[in-house]
Amino acid sequence: MSTTTTSIGAKKPLADRLPIISHLRMSAGLQRGMLVAGLVLSLIFILAAALAPLIAPFDFAQITDAEGDFPTQAAPGGKFIWGTTVGGFDVFSRTLWGAQTALLVIVMAVVCSIFLGVFLGLVSGYIGGWLDRVLVVVADAIYAFPSLLLAIVMSIVISQGQSSLWGGIMAAAISITVVFIPQYFRVIRAETVRLKAEPFVESAKVVGASTWRIMFKHVFRNATRTLPLIFTLNASEALLTLAGLGFLGFGIEPTKAAEWGYDLNRALSDATSGIWWTGVFPGVAIVLTVLGLTLVGESMNDLGDPRLRMRRKKKRTSGKGAA
Amino acid sequence: MAIMTDTVEEPSAPPALKATAPKAGGSFARYLVTRFLLIFPTIFILVTLVFFLMRVTGDPITAALGGRLTPDQLAERIAAAGYDRPVIVQYFEYLGQIFTGNFGRTISDNRAVTEVLTTYGAATAELAFNSLVIALLIGIPFGLMAAKLRDRWPDAILRVFAILCYATPVFFAGLLLKLIFGVWLGWLPIAGRAGINAELELTSLQNPTGIYLLDALRSGNMEAASDVIQHAILPAVALGLLTAGVFLRLVRTNVIGTLGRDYVEAGRSRGVSEYRLLTKHAYRPALIPIITVMGLQIALLLGGAVLTETTFEWKGLGFMLAQYLTARDFVAVQGIVVLLAVIVAVTNFIVDIIAALIDPRVRF
Repeated sequence: MSTTTTSIGAKKPLADRLPIISHLRMSAGLQRGMLVAGLVLSLIFILAAALAPLIAPFDFAQITDAEGDFPTQAAPGGKFIWGTTVGGFDVFSRTLWGAQTALLVIVMAVVCSIFLGVFLGLVSGYIGGWLDRVLVVVADAIYAFPSLLLAIVMSIVISQGQSSLWGGIMAAAISITVVFIPQYFRVIRAETVRLKAEPFVESAKVVGASTWRIMFKHVFRNATRTLPLIFTLNASEALLTLAGLGFLGFGIEPTKAAEWGYDLNRALSDATSGIWWTGVFPGVAIVLTVLGLTLVGESMNDLGDPRLRMRRKKKRTSGKGAA
Repeated sequence: MAIMTDTVEEPSAPPALKATAPKAGGSFARYLVTRFLLIFPTIFILVTLVFFLMRVTGDPITAALGGRLTPDQLAERIAAAGYDRPVIVQYFEYLGQIFTGNFGRTISDNRAVTEVLTTYGAATAELAFNSLVIALLIGIPFGLMAAKLRDRWPDAILRVFAILCYATPVFFAGLLLKLIFGVWLGWLPIAGRAGINAELELTSLQNPTGIYLLDALRSGNMEAASDVIQHAILPAVALGLLTAGVFLRLVRTNVIGTLGRDYVEAGRSRGVSEYRLLTKHAYRPALIPIITVMGLQIALLLGGAVLTETTFEWKGLGFMLAQYLTARDFVAVQGIVVLLAVIVAVTNFIVDIIAALIDPRVRF
């Protein structure tokens, strides 16, 4: 008994403590391809966000340099490799800086909503009673409603129209948080309700552990195993919500930070006159980032669920047998 | 949300019911009533939430007309509209008004909110219906194909296609469609619901439905009908692709589940064709979870409609909502949000009832 636990204990922390690496080891074939593609895209996104100040030739709100004003709507090529916008911004620079804004908002939104959603889910699920019922009905109502609309209302309330860089990022992040809390709440609550009936909770009660200790030591540890998965899936949704907010004009001001959704809004009128570069580059940036994050999340979902994994293997062999 | 929901394998009761309804066996009528009553808290919570969120920013008159009137004029109009009373009093008054179907008048252009809802609601309904048709036309056949050819290369391509559908914001899809089919190829119009002539004719009709295609067909104006269809294609495809990806995955996951069942094998041994096995034996039972999740997509569709309508200048509720939001016309915004909340709640109700009719296990 002790030898097996130590051998597992010695090996597991290396591979299994880091969710993505353990998933990579488990994967095979098509699944591995999707996971690797997702990881590569996500890595590019994070690198672009981190290194934007170094790589970007210009600032995101820069329209002049030593040689004079930038041309407006210049085609890609030469000094401006992806062209310039109607306002004279460099598309390449803005796309890179946009990655930074997106990463900041995603991380803040998801961390805030995990924190609040997990807390509420634990309390609601463990304590139960009328508090639980009220929270469940409220969470279900919010969950059913178009998330983008709620985020818009929140962003108006928070920023009241004007927003600086941090103000705008905070406003966007909080707006998205409100939308996501019900999702974490539901997952964690369901797990908590299930775990509450487990013998180890009962024995902790017998030993005399306090309610809070049981909640945050015993139940929390077990209920949060699915979180990395929701994290990746929500990260992509957070980015889409941010872009939607920006597109409708409720995001961050263009001179305070570069934001892909806002740039796409501006590019809409360009498209009617055949100017493609102002819209295509930020748009592709959104698509590839969401694609990357979703592929990672999806693969983790499939690999993390033993039923899906086993069924896959079984099916594959039977398929070969039939063919 | 879209991703999370499509792996539902067993039809399950709506989560709210799990918490409230007793586990005793009940009749269908009882389920119907319980589920119907649950519509109201949903709408009530959303109305309350939006009302107070909007009021946190101040009264609607200052928000909409703040820069344009002198402080005295503002104070006068605020008093006239009753916005100087305690918020809680206004809240109960508003609830009462909604109950009688009175949504007030918009502040920015002084129209009855109910008139705004009926005028533009038809356009949104038309867009939503069109895109649903596109989504089903793409989602179901390709989903069946992916399930049949599971883990082979067409399946891989279709899965990536489904994720791409989800990963592409509707407004970017719209921009690309406009660029390719509107500007470069010049095949389709890129904005609006109809050309100027058709629009004039359709709006001057006697009691129109507001759904342009229906109106054009009813008046027998084939030219206008073809114009309307041409205008409808790009917005419907942009919004339809978003949900098509979800449907594709949904059909794939659930049909894979039913394809492995014994009765499919039994059918195969009786000599039922592979095509028939797929489209009848495996597909039919897979429909319940598909319908359930489809109902949840209504929220995605409505949220997407705001973006699609803005992209294509499609003058529906979403387009107007964006306009009113920019104008800070909170009376109008509240009215539209209440209507959307009602639509979402009623759709979910209908979907749950359909699921219960098909599968008795859902009832309790």
